[in-house]
Amino acid sequence: MSDILARLENVSRIYQKGKETVEVLHELNLEIPNGDFIAIMGPSGSGKTTLLNLLGGLDKPTSGKVTVGDAELTAMSNSQLSRWRSSHIGFIFQFYNLLPVLTAHRNVELPLLLTNFSAKERAKRASIALDIVGLADRAKHYPRELSGGQEQRVAIARAIVSDPSLLLCDEPTGDLDRENADEILKLLQLLNHEHGKTIVMVTHDAQAAEYANRILHCDKGTLEAMAA
Amino acid sequence: MKYFRLIWKNVWRKKIRTLLTILSVLVAFLLFSLLSAIGYAFKGGEDVADAERLIVINKISLINPIPMSYLNRIQATEGVASVTHATWFGGYYQEPQNQFGQFPIDPQSYIDMYPEFEMPAEQIEAFKRNRTGAIIGEELATAYGWNVGDRIPIQATIWTKADGGRTWEFDIEGIFTTSDPRGSSALMLFQYDYFEESRAFGKGTVGWYILRVSPGADTVQVAKAIDLQFENSPSETKTSTEAAFAKSFTQQFGNIALIVTLILGAVFFTLLLVSGNTMSQSVRERISELAVLKTLGFTDRSVLGIVLSESILIMLIGGLLGLGIGWVLVQGMAEQMGAFLPGLFLSPGAILGAVAIMIGAGLVAGIFPALKAMRLSIIDALARA
Repeated sequence: MSDILARLENVSRIYQKGKETVEVLHELNLEIPNGDFIAIMGPSGSGKTTLLNLLGGLDKPTSGKVTVGDAELTAMSNSQLSRWRSSHIGFIFQFYNLLPVLTAHRNVELPLLLTNFSAKERAKRASIALDIVGLADRAKHYPRELSGGQEQRVAIARAIVSDPSLLLCDEPTGDLDRENADEILKLLQLLNHEHGKTIVMVTHDAQAAEYANRILHCDKGTLEAMAA
Repeated sequence: MKYFRLIWKNVWRKKIRTLLTILSVLVAFLLFSLLSAIGYAFKGGEDVADAERLIVINKISLINPIPMSYLNRIQATEGVASVTHATWFGGYYQEPQNQFGQFPIDPQSYIDMYPEFEMPAEQIEAFKRNRTGAIIGEELATAYGWNVGDRIPIQATIWTKADGGRTWEFDIEGIFTTSDPRGSSALMLFQYDYFEESRAFGKGTVGWYILRVSPGADTVQVAKAIDLQFENSPSETKTSTEAAFAKSFTQQFGNIALIVTLILGAVFFTLLLVSGNTMSQSVRERISELAVLKTLGFTDRSVLGIVLSESILIMLIGGLLGLGIGWVLVQGMAEQMGAFLPGLFLSPGAILGAVAIMIGAGLVAGIFPALKAMRLSIIDALARA
């Protein structure tokens, strides 16, 4: 495998909003090395989340090519993308998006339902993931019984439980106070440094971006490197 | 099965709403089980009908009698192996609600005609010897606690006696069972001769004839030949198979099958609206959660399957509970009303049919919300959330 985990080549994404055509990304080129931790900043509507969606196979570019690992996402069908996502990508959202009807442990176990692991193996892996994020003692708690920071930790555990190579984080600290935000960011840094996870994080928060190895500025559909 | 916990938890997301939906499903399938059992009881005669037995009734209607003099002419018709007859007595025991089938018959030819009625030979002989003797089915004996040797009074509702009395007394000489589990033994048979000499009116007539066609004979031709003989007579006949006769007999009470179908149709249509609405609401409330599942790698088909499974599960919980309660009630009704309405039974066919309806209704109620969930755009749904 090459040292580049993800590559975007001349990627454009154009949306049709009624009669209006909006070009969110314009012939974008980006290489993300294995083990990198990138923060993407930029104003609302600049295409940050679209970029994340393209890397995660949730969206397809209007033109250009997206490759992650050995997979050329632009050549895959929706169901192929679904299966690929389950083992290669971990998503972390701003509002955690845990399923309220499941305990923390069951939420973390969800991606493993798509594997052939036995129930025992799934339980073991979910416990390890919860342990990594420091919430082993909250396994049986429902999301409503957890604080915002704890919910986000569970969401991170869910993102890493199937051992994906790439973590995509969309404003992971946007709903947290400074103290909790810093804890989450330290956790992401730990996953990057200790567990070798490649991380792409979209954020509005300059302090959060400081945790990354490099910062990219997204505006008017193009990317520009900033000092990290 | 991996997804069962997720499906189960989703079903109970809004407990009260789910409970109310399950309750409506329960009531629908409770009704289904009761009406099926009643329908089965009415249809029982058709199911146990013998294809080689034909019934001759008055062409005007079943309640119009036929002359006794037809017996020899029917017997002499080509293709007829044997003939017997019966008449509806229509009495009750002690109280008007204690009604069951009573028929004056010719003992020898009738018992020969119905080999499915089984009883000891000595009881048959005792019945033949005693002019006021009667034989009863096991169901009746159990229902009223009657034994061989008992003398029982039956109040006539149609046939008054020549002396003006309405009470007919019979000696129980035998108790028969039926070898066909779907057949009823809630019957009382007694001597036609006693009936004929004691009744105040209608002498020289019978209710209907039952005949067995000779092996190899064409039943349609035999039926036509009999009816042709009595054409243009004061009592024209209508000959049909035993199944058709049983059907026309039950249709005196109305078209039970149609009534049952209409009631159940209305109930299940309402049920589909209720459960369809529940599923639609359930999907609308968790658009973002479904989008998250897809983000994690659940395919469109998996999401479709999960939502459909939730809908089917709700139907199965309510339906099986309703069927269970229905089964218990039918058992109770069969004990209480067995003599009046024999054959009350929740058949295996009805149970299988009910389970098929549960699954089918679950699919129909859940299909539109499930398709909506399947077609959900992850990006749009997450953006809205």
